[in-house]
This record gives sequence, C-alpha cells and structure tokens, in this order.
Amino acid sequence: MKNMSKGLKRRLGLALLLVISLLISACSPTKEADVKSTTASANEPYKIGAVLDISGNSSSLGVPERDTLLMMVEKLNSEGGINGHPVDLTIMDNKSDETESVLAAKTLIEKGSLAILGASSSGTSMAMIKTVESEKVPMISLAAASSIVEPTSDRKWVFKTAQSDIVMINKIISYLKKNDLNKIAFLYMNNSYGDNGKKAITAAVKDSGISIVAEEKFDANDKDMTPQLSKVKASEAQVVIVWAIPPSASILTKNFKDVGLTIPLIHSHGVGNQKFIELAQGAADGTLLPIGKLSVAQQITDADPQKKVLESYIADYVKKYNSEPNSFGGYAWDAFNLLVSALEKAGPDREAIRGELEKTQGFVGISGVFNMSPEDHNGLKEDSAVLVKVDQGKWKLIE
Amino acid sequence: MHLKNHKGLILLLFLLVIPLKIDSNYLYSTLVVIAIYSIVVQGLGILMGYAGQVSFGHAAFFGLGGYTAAILTTRFNWPTLIALLAAAILPGILAAIIGRQTLKLRELYLALATLGFGILVHIIFNEGGELTGGPSGMSGIPNLTIGTISFDNDQKFYLLVWFMLLLILIGIYNLVHSRTGRALCSIRESEYAAENAGVDCARLKLQAFTFSALLAGLAGGLYAFYVSFISPSPFSFHTSVQFVLMVVIGGLGTFWGPLLGAVVVVSLNELLREIVPLLIPGAGGEYQIIIYGIILVGLMIFQPKGLSSIGRYFRLPLKKELKPEG
Repeated sequence: MKNMSKGLKRRLGLALLLVISLLISACSPTKEADVKSTTASANEPYKIGAVLDISGNSSSLGVPERDTLLMMVEKLNSEGGINGHPVDLTIMDNKSDETESVLAAKTLIEKGSLAILGASSSGTSMAMIKTVESEKVPMISLAAASSIVEPTSDRKWVFKTAQSDIVMINKIISYLKKNDLNKIAFLYMNNSYGDNGKKAITAAVKDSGISIVAEEKFDANDKDMTPQLSKVKASEAQVVIVWAIPPSASILTKNFKDVGLTIPLIHSHGVGNQKFIELAQGAADGTLLPIGKLSVAQQITDADPQKKVLESYIADYVKKYNSEPNSFGGYAWDAFNLLVSALEKAGPDREAIRGELEKTQGFVGISGVFNMSPEDHNGLKEDSAVLVKVDQGKWKLIE
Repeated sequence: MHLKNHKGLILLLFLLVIPLKIDSNYLYSTLVVIAIYSIVVQGLGILMGYAGQVSFGHAAFFGLGGYTAAILTTRFNWPTLIALLAAAILPGILAAIIGRQTLKLRELYLALATLGFGILVHIIFNEGGELTGGPSGMSGIPNLTIGTISFDNDQKFYLLVWFMLLLILIGIYNLVHSRTGRALCSIRESEYAAENAGVDCARLKLQAFTFSALLAGLAGGLYAFYVSFISPSPFSFHTSVQFVLMVVIGGLGTFWGPLLGAVVVVSLNELLREIVPLLIPGAGGEYQIIIYGIILVGLMIFQPKGLSSIGRYFRLPLKKELKPEG
C-alpha cells in the first residue's frame, strides 16, 4: 500500500465489498415486505411455488412450463382467485441442477408455499423428494419417470402430471398386437429418458409374446446411427421402436431411410414437437408415435372429454404468446389446475391439499383424464395417449 | 498449538453455535451445501495452493464417494457410518493408484490428465447399468446414522458436517504449520529446489493428491446421505471447474481461502436468485449467470490473490500465507 496503484486497488476492492454488502442487505427487506403484504390484505393470498429447469440443459422443458404457469396465475387472479383468495406464485429456476433444485425447494417451503410444482426433469424432481417428504409439502412433478411417484409408500407427498413411459409403451404394444408384429428392435438414447424407456419396455414385453430381437443405444450427441441400424437390418426385427428426442431422433430417422429399412418405425412421445419433423427433413413421413392429445386437438372427436380443455388452452396460449403450446406446457397446466381444485376444497392446509390431490377423480386435463388413488399418484391411463402418424410433415391421428 | 493461533477457529466455533437459534431449514441446507463443498475444496486447496498441483477431476472423487455410499447402503445394506468411511477411503486408494503415474506430469499436462480422469469416471457412472442406476441415478439412500443418532433433519446434518469441517480445518491448520506443510510449499515454489533441499517431491505430491481425494470422497458420501438421491449429473466436469473456482476465489495457498471460496460461490448463487428477479422482473437463471460471471471477474481483477487477502483491510488474520523458509 505504499504506492498509488495499490491505493487505488484498495479503494476499488473496498467499493466492491460495499456493492456485495449492499446486495446482501437488499435481500432482507424484501422478505419483510412479503410478510407485510400477506398479513395486510383481508383475503390472504395462497402461496404456491414452482421449481423449474428454466435455464441449463432442460430449458426447452422449463420455459414453456414457466410461460404456462404465468399465464394461468394471471388468468386465475383476474377472475378473483380461489374462493376470493388470490394466488401468489413464486417461480424458481434450478438451472437444471439437482443441488440447486433442493435449495430452491427449501426456500419455497421456508417462504410458506402450500405446495410445490416441478421440477421439469426427472433428476431435478428426484432430488427434491426427500425435502418434500420430510417437510410434508405436496409436490407435483412435471417429469415423466415413473420412479418419481413409485413406490407410493415412500412418495406420500409426491404426484406427477406427465404420462409414465409405461402408458406410451402399452399404447405401442396394443398396436403391435393388433398388427401381429412380435419381433421388435429397440433403439434408445443413452440418457435418463432412453434408460427409462428401456426399463419400461423390457418389463412390458415380458409374457406378452413379443420379443426384443435387437437392442442398440446411441449417445444424445451422436451424428450418425447407421451402425446401429445396420445391425437392426441384419436382425429379424419386424418393427423398430426408438426412445429418443431430437436432434438424435431426427438423425436416426434420416439414417433409417438411408440404410433402406422398410419395416415400420415407431418413435416415443419424446419426438412430439415440430422440431423433430423439421430436423428429419422429410424422412419423418410414415413414422408412428404415441403422443398426448394436445398436438392433434383439432382431429380428436367432439365426444372426447378433453377436446374443450385442449382447445381453450391452445386459444389462451396462442393469444398470449403467439405460438402453439406443447406438451410440457400441458404438464404445467395440469399440475396448476390440479392444485387449484385441491386448494378450493382444502384451503391453505398442506395435509388437506395432499389428501384432496390423492382423491382426484375424473379431472379433465391436457395430458389426459386424471384418476388418482393412494397407489397411483399419476392417475393417467392408456386413454390419455393417441397414436399418430407423420403425414406430409403433419401429425395425423390414426385409430 | 497456541491459543492465539486458533483465534479464527474459535471464532468459527462460535459462528457454528449462533445459527442454532435460527429456525430456518433453508439456511441450514445452504450451510450444509457450503460445508460439503468446503470439505472438497479444503483438500483441493492443499493440492493446488500448497503442493502447486492442479486438478480438474475432483468432481470424480466427489462422485465416487457419493456412489460408494449409495451403492453400499442400498444394494448391500451396509451400515451407513461404515459406508461413509468407505466413501472416503475408496477414492483415496484410487487416487494413490492413479496419482503415481499422473503426478509425474506437470502443469497443463496434469490438468489434462485429471480432466480426462474426471470425464472417464462420469462415463462409468452413466454406463454402470444396474449397479449405478445408469443415467437415472439411484434413490432411497437411507439417513446417516451414528450410534443411536439418525441425521434425519437439516439442523442435525448441519451440526454434523460443520463439526467434521472444523476437525478438518484443525487438521489442516496443523498440517500446513508442520514440516510437511513447509515442504509442500517448497514444491509449489520450485520443485527442483525442493528436490535439492532433500524433499521427496513425488511422495509428498502423491500424499497431497490422496488426501484431497479422500476429503472429496467424504464430502461425496455426505452429499449422498443428505440428498438421498444421486445421479451422474452433479459430478460432471462443470463441478470440477466449480471446485477449482472456489479455491482460486478464496485465495491459493491460504488457510481460510478454501472455506471463504465455498461460502462466496454458494451464497452468491443463492443471493442472485433472490435479487436478480427483483432488479429485472421476469429474469431467469441466464441473467443470474451473467451477473455471477461479472462479479467473479471483478473479484479476480481487484483481488487476484483471492478473497482472503481482503482480510488485511480489516486487519483480520485471514491471510496466513506460508513462506518456504524452514
């Protein structure tokens, strides 16, 4: 500290310290303000929280979910809230990180959230389970893995709105049986999504007369799946089932045409967005896949109980964001409305909310009609999915 | 072991007791995460700050500890305490085996070798099939139980990890003030000079590497018991970088640096999550990351020797840099 530059450095360092301490102090008054506003109003707002993967690897899931939740909460509050209580929704970004997911859930519980929506992906959801179980807070995950809600004896407080893989697999299997296809080749992406698909199909084909004659995996970043497909071609498979998401799912579809395979190609619901078709550059035509009804809302019959709900969600979303909603937003729609209907009956009591969620019967949502029970915290059956075919770059319902 | 030298540690002990009055599980869990990272960074601090060897693979040791604890308790029903010990020892043994070869490398080459090791282990977690649960990970890890005490809530876990951290800090304090500590510093300053002065560089470097892997494994085991679910994703290359960042932010070769680094990196993250949405309504994590980056760059520009050198403004004995003199 004997010369000028050191003195300057020291002052700058102090300034930085000052900024940091200001940031720290900026944190506390807001919390007090929160408390004040809740006690001041006559109709106390119901606090709910959401932990979503808004940035990071799973941001493509978290962003439409956030947009849907913001839209829903705005609409609900403008219509007078729940029994006159407005809803105070806090959305937290876990940056697709499991540890941050835990901390975000704890913050929300600390702030008095009655329930937690999220997280967007399986890993970030799984990481929060211990927290919500020990703090006894209802949680509605937006991710697919069935292990999030199973076994229900250890998942008393955890629910989820996305269809389990087994729902989609059963849809595919009933198609296979109808068309007398019993030798399948299964290709999957080497990550949690593909892994869960593999587990589900291995369990589902047991004792069904269907056998897996080839099983190959590929990496999410792979640029060419010709080797895997060549092996499939050499096998006696009558149909290829793929559990992957774009871009690798699209690349595989292109390669499938290139190696000259002519047997049917069935994808999973993971490719249920327009991006898959675009990236496959025309090769997607003829591909089959099970999917939630949202993508084919116009094509389903008026008799379908979901028709009205789907059309109103699409209309609301298009009006607000000027783009079509996707199934991820649908999971958030379901979670939010399941919670709202539980709150209507239960009021601001976590135990009662959990009880009402578990009792949900015949709830018509975007992903399907929910019938929960103490043994089933997802509540969706095969009727929540439909089989579609890609026809000239569009989804076409086949049933 | 004069009382005077332990002023800081006694202060820390007091700081540990104060939060017990607070009824906030969020605060406890933030402190638990800080302590868990801090344990890893303590070891890495010895390796990087004192022995002068860089490692971009410590998330692998961290993960190995976590997976060891998870596999032993859920697949083989081992008692949790023994599984935690194994979680520390196994990465230690592995480090001793691979360290013999890799530590012959210097600087960039060592960084690359450890980086490669980190990626390799991450792939093994992903491809472990039934054993590691593959990319979906493993859940249902039981609570840590020592004797009759089950560490089933945040407050108990907080006490446990900070008590462990305190023991580690005392151990490290004694280590860096011993002959071994001074010998390690001499390796950092000049390996050739140290060798000529009769320091067994290869052996000491290996010991420092093993020690740091041991601590990383211990922290990984604690993480598994705390979250009760693990998957490969928290143990990727990104986490290794995060650990190195904590060491550097705190101050290389300082006693308090690693702890400060872990505190600052974790709490900065948490603070930004609170503050950024207040400043910029509707801002997601991407804004937090940008501001986080700016603050870190600022810190490095104005405090290139790390945060522990800030202590001199307040005449705090935070900066205890050791000179290789004896």
